[in-house]
Amino acid sequence: MVKLPDQNELKKQVFESQIWRSIFRHSYQDNPRNRVLQIASNVWLHLHPVKMQRHAIRLSYTWCAGGLTFFFFLVTVATGVVLMFYYRPVGEYAFPDIQYLEFDVPFGMLMRNMHRWAAHGMVILVWVHMFRVFMTGSYKPPREFNWVVGVLLLTITLLLSFTGYLLPWDQLSIWAVTVGSNMGRATPMAGHQGPMAEQIAAMTGLVTPRYDARSLLLGGTQVGPPTLLRFYVLHCIFLPMVGSALMILHFWRIRKDGGISGPL
Amino acid sequence: MADDVKDPAAPPAAGAPTKAPERPIAPITNPTHENHIWARRSFFGLAGWGLLSGTLGVWGTAFLRMLFPRVLFEPPSSFKAGFKGDFTVGVSEKFTPQQSVWIVKEAEQMYALIAICTHLGCTPRWLSLEQKFKCPCHGSGFKSNGVNFEGPAPRPLERAKISIADDGQILIDKSVQFRWEKNDWGKPGSFIPA
Repeated sequence: MVKLPDQNELKKQVFESQIWRSIFRHSYQDNPRNRVLQIASNVWLHLHPVKMQRHAIRLSYTWCAGGLTFFFFLVTVATGVVLMFYYRPVGEYAFPDIQYLEFDVPFGMLMRNMHRWAAHGMVILVWVHMFRVFMTGSYKPPREFNWVVGVLLLTITLLLSFTGYLLPWDQLSIWAVTVGSNMGRATPMAGHQGPMAEQIAAMTGLVTPRYDARSLLLGGTQVGPPTLLRFYVLHCIFLPMVGSALMILHFWRIRKDGGISGPL
Repeated sequence: MADDVKDPAAPPAAGAPTKAPERPIAPITNPTHENHIWARRSFFGLAGWGLLSGTLGVWGTAFLRMLFPRVLFEPPSSFKAGFKGDFTVGVSEKFTPQQSVWIVKEAEQMYALIAICTHLGCTPRWLSLEQKFKCPCHGSGFKSNGVNFEGPAPRPLERAKISIADDGQILIDKSVQFRWEKNDWGKPGSFIPA
């Protein structure tokens, strides 16, 4: 009969090996110093404060709305990357690719719908989060800068939804983006039907239907294949990158501004 | 710096011998170049920032310009729509699917209405039973002559330039618009005699 190695000896060999200790620098010994080290020396957790106020983890105070917004963002990133393996942002292919994803690709329908519903959830929860922060007065100094970062993140969230809306390339999305981008015509100084446009066009020849804020967004004078490609790049690369950078700033500032605000 | 403390130009006050004398703040400029307009450090500092902002400015302009292509692969804005005799009095949808234009023939005149809603740019539908254009997006309605009468559209549909080509066909140019609110609808090019 084979003698099994001593369990404690095995445990020691694993947890005190160089590989283990190079990854996890601190054990789970539950003392205040170790708890601080756990947070401060971990790349994922170091954005958090090393100590939490008891009220800050009360669900009835924060509703966890900001955390859930971030969770939904992560869901859209994970499912979105999977969708990118099948979707081609080209006029001839985009809609058939969506149909392929929806009706043939295994779990394609699940991924697409998770992406869509997580996006909806993100938009709803970002408003809920904003409402909570307003009602608890958490926008007040010293947190006023983080409120501004939050407003930028709200804009990024809405723009992500707007650009993602075009990608199925069906009638609904084309006309929705036609309507949405037509509002760009009225941009002051930069839209060809906005204030000052005629004067600027008379002087410089710019701010015409061909060269204005709307055609910059659309890549032409109407919603077409160039628009699809532009919105795809904005949706998959530009907006997530800017959003992620702002999120890092947003979370870091919570800690620097003294943690989650206290009850009034 | 010890020399500065003993500087006779700043003697300690007579009544307070123990108080440390105030040090004069040494100027940052190099004393051997004090007759020059620029200290070397300020010059190189400004030159560096200038170079950086100039480079970023040129690149930024290039990026912005690159986003406006010279050639647009969009359908041509003008087309030939056949002869006057091909049309009967009323609204013709013959060229709407391809060209987004209705050709309207009245007793006296013919004109081309651009099929873009003046509210937010959707394509209205011609409802022949009700004799009106109706936009599916937000419900704007236009009479057969293009004048808005219901829904959010703020102004009538636009007319495209219409003329007779050399071969006698109707020539329509959508890049030139005639707008009712600018009193364009009586101008030459906004209609042809029927």
